[in-house]
Amino acid sequence: MGCGGSAEEELTAQEMALYDRQIRVWGVDAQKRLSKAHVLVCGMNGTTTEFCKNIVLAGVGSLSLMDDHLVTEDDLYANFLIPHDESIYGGRSRAEVCCESLKDFNPMVRVAVEKGDPSQISGEYLEKFDIIVVSCASIKTKLLINDHCRKRTKHIAFYTIECKDSCGEIFVDLQNHSYVQKVGGEPKPKELTYPSLQEAISVPWKNLPRKTTKLYFAMRVLENYELSEGRSAFEASLSDLPAVLALRKEMCDKMSLSESQIPTSLLERLLAAGMKQHPPVSAILGGILGQEVVKAISGKGDPIKNFFYYDAADGVIIIGTTRIGHTVLQAKERRAMRPITLLPRGKGIEGYCFQQGTKFRGDRLQLTGKFNYLTLLYLATPQMPLLGLYL
Amino acid sequence: MASSAAASSEEAVKAAKVLMVGAGGIGCELLKTLALSGFRDIHIIDLDTIEVSNLNRQFLFRQSHVGQSKAHVARDAVLKFRPNINITSYHANVKDTQFNVEFFKQFNVVLNGLDNLDARRHVNRLCLAAEVPLVESGTTGFLGQVTVHVKGKTECYECEPKPVPKSYPVCTITSTPSKFVHCIVWAKELLFAKLFGDKNQDNDLNVHSNENGTSKSDVFERNADEDLEQYARRIYDHVFGYNIEVALENEETWKNRRRPNPIYIRDTLPEEDIRQNGSSRDCNNDQEDPSAMASLGLTNPQEIWNLADNSRVFLESLRLFFEKREKEVGNLIFDKDDQLAVEFVTAAANIRASSFGIPLHSLFEAKGVAGNIVHAVATTNAIVAGLIVIEAIKVLQGDYKRYRMTYCLEHPSRKMLLMPVEPFEPNKLCYVCSETPLLVEVNTKTTKLREVIDKIIKGKLGMNLPLVMIGSTLVFEDGDGLEEDEAANYALNLEKFLAELPAPVVDGTKLTVEDFHQELSCSINIKHSFVSCATQPSEKVLEVLPELYGVVVYTYRYMLLDEFDEEKEPDGMVLTGWSAPVEKQVTSNGGNQSVASSSGADDADGIIEDLSTKPGMKRKLDEILETKENCDASSSAQVVEDYDDDDIVMLDEDPALAKKKRLQ
Ligand SMILES: [Zn+2]
Repeated sequence: MGCGGSAEEELTAQEMALYDRQIRVWGVDAQKRLSKAHVLVCGMNGTTTEFCKNIVLAGVGSLSLMDDHLVTEDDLYANFLIPHDESIYGGRSRAEVCCESLKDFNPMVRVAVEKGDPSQISGEYLEKFDIIVVSCASIKTKLLINDHCRKRTKHIAFYTIECKDSCGEIFVDLQNHSYVQKVGGEPKPKELTYPSLQEAISVPWKNLPRKTTKLYFAMRVLENYELSEGRSAFEASLSDLPAVLALRKEMCDKMSLSESQIPTSLLERLLAAGMKQHPPVSAILGGILGQEVVKAISGKGDPIKNFFYYDAADGVIIIGTTRIGHTVLQAKERRAMRPITLLPRGKGIEGYCFQQGTKFRGDRLQLTGKFNYLTLLYLATPQMPLLGLYL
Repeated sequence: MASSAAASSEEAVKAAKVLMVGAGGIGCELLKTLALSGFRDIHIIDLDTIEVSNLNRQFLFRQSHVGQSKAHVARDAVLKFRPNINITSYHANVKDTQFNVEFFKQFNVVLNGLDNLDARRHVNRLCLAAEVPLVESGTTGFLGQVTVHVKGKTECYECEPKPVPKSYPVCTITSTPSKFVHCIVWAKELLFAKLFGDKNQDNDLNVHSNENGTSKSDVFERNADEDLEQYARRIYDHVFGYNIEVALENEETWKNRRRPNPIYIRDTLPEEDIRQNGSSRDCNNDQEDPSAMASLGLTNPQEIWNLADNSRVFLESLRLFFEKREKEVGNLIFDKDDQLAVEFVTAAANIRASSFGIPLHSLFEAKGVAGNIVHAVATTNAIVAGLIVIEAIKVLQGDYKRYRMTYCLEHPSRKMLLMPVEPFEPNKLCYVCSETPLLVEVNTKTTKLREVIDKIIKGKLGMNLPLVMIGSTLVFEDGDGLEEDEAANYALNLEKFLAELPAPVVDGTKLTVEDFHQELSCSINIKHSFVSCATQPSEKVLEVLPELYGVVVYTYRYMLLDEFDEEKEPDGMVLTGWSAPVEKQVTSNGGNQSVASSSGADDADGIIEDLSTKPGMKRKLDEILETKENCDASSSAQVVEDYDDDDIVMLDEDPALAKKKRLQ
């Protein structure tokens, strides 16, 4: 494969026409960088499928898929790249079948199959790529690949993504990442230093923020269970619950964490899910990851710092290892808001009429500037005197 | 083993019949996610056909589908991986009367992936009338939103006033542009329309000239003996030179403004004599779509041309229109997909911009402004579609306590990329979902019924086929099937001033307005305003401001236009409870050259590019991003203070991990 990425200096007219709408979002330079980036995805499932679709449409240089598992009927659920026709998928690997469908999505992107076992990947092999995404692999494999990435001189971005039922986790390691973030309209160079996966999951639990999402702990318990049992990822099922609960107790005791932080119901839900992924959650996770990979390649915009969590059942969305519960606003709070006066021209707020605009009903408001919905959201939490707007 | 989330919702999903409106950016993702999630009976409506610029995100479509119906192609594509479900596609406008309240009633939930405010409002009304829950969505770039509207439980789509088209004062466009967008509007709405559009349309360009003592009534008329090159140069000198000189004579205007420079072709292209109609150039343009860039050897649409290049493109594109597309001249309407039109407008806007000291822009940028192109990426649409399905499943389960509005952000903010917010209760003062009367302030002696119907009832209230009653007198009805004498009578009424209608409208009169298709009825209380238009009728600006408590104020603002600077006073008045509209349109005397559709800017949809009708959209996005960045900056300053608030702490900020500290 190799996918040498012989991207020309200027985008062709064909590329300009195809990518017009997104170039207006991230610029020509980002598009050129995308067209030179090589991405490897290990593990094809509903969620990585969504991710692959997104970056193929975005126009990466090449996408390589590694998953030797033969397609079974189970794979059809949540995967729109596999046709419902055994004569097509029968006897072929997930990577082969998905590759074929993905090629159609964008003729300008090279999509190829990489045969092999992610747990046997060498560091040298990874040098062919700029981005590695691992899914459906054991924690051991993930740690190994992450370690390989970190030891190469070439900068290789590492991601893991897992979806179980309606829960999702993304981990990001960009090592030392330099990027540009606009602050007040001015592009400002920034730099981030990431912890490795090993470092991130080794933080003593008692040192973690009080509101760290329960999903974070639950995922660590399951990982450890799979590791101690020597089973491959996601093979655990509901019948393993008693053993998992025992491990929960052991880990919580060791880490001085109350067991109530990892509810049995959550572990049950994750075990019952097995390999099953809730398609809308896959779409959301695959979308978020796609967006993050574009940010990493283009060096534009604040990336996720390390973990991203999503749980549709909970209706709570978290990034970082903390749970953000307070942003679900109470209607009463909103109605009780006092009027605001807006401030210096140009700095202010434009009526970007989100529902939050409601809070301005009932009082006079002189609009002299520009609103934005973020501001409005913040305004809705009384403790946030954002931009000094709040009276 | 079925997973828990799926188990409790599986039956509801299987039994559900859903209507999707829109098969564009969000629609493609949504149809795929619905099918994967187990929905078995999906109906999808979309009027559009597939274009090349859709292919970067509307992943169900391929190059070979360009020109075909989005709804049909999307249906076929999804049936390939889910052959056993039912998808019914309609290549039609959701506003068609076949999609009436009865039609809507057959669905358990309606999911919007629309690209304009007008259709969104229409669907909102039908959903309210049919009592079917609505999940509404929109994206722009990395920003997106999903909201849930269930009659009686949450607010309807129109409980909050939406940004509506706003006017650029005519004089900003014709005399005192200060931003590139003003030049684009001038080039597109005035100059392009004048040269290539319908000659009978009102146009605010100065077409008179006293040059050389000629008494020509319209300098845009081409002389019989004039070759195209001469004509193009004469137009150039008139609009960029002579008209600027005329404007400069009015000293008052320039007291506090930078004076523009007149530009003449002999100065910009001194070395080039009028060319013989070159045969060499023509050979480059044998293809079907003539292009000035191609003739002139300009290849990079990202490049900013200098004044000389812009002038060459201007002359060449004008020539090509008359030479290669002569048959269309007189009927042309600006279209962002018309390369030659974009070239002409870019060049004209840039020449005008140089005259006024406004920075020049590339063709790529100018096309974005002129075509109101909305920025769109696949990922946001995918995320939004996922969120729609999650809300739709809650709706099907009647789980209204867990409904959430969700906003997608570009960058983590307070550690969140997706923000869930509890839906608001219905606004008791909303004229759409409650029965609150509206107030319209208007000069009843100088305003015709037609203006009220076009600008308020259709333009602002979004009705399609309205009926207007004053007390028990029917003064107007729209739609087919009218008797001839009725129709004639209504036509007469349209041209009458409000105070002169068969049932006179005076201060305090109550109008009843109904739309049977939308099953919407509302009352409008009239407040007579004494503002007169006599002084400077040509400068009047019509504006309607949905105001506090759903009140609509309709005023003639004509007086301060000379001093009026929309930069300083975006709204020129104090608004109440209303957010500044962000869309712009030229409003000229009486004839509202509505370049803007009523699409709301907050719609922030990723699939709006087909509306060549959203001026200001690009500008808006930039502003959003910019303001948001300001917010991010301030919110990070907040982090320290809020540390105790325990929802802002990050792993990499943990003191235990000294080596992982963030470098900023
Ligand atoms: Zn309402």
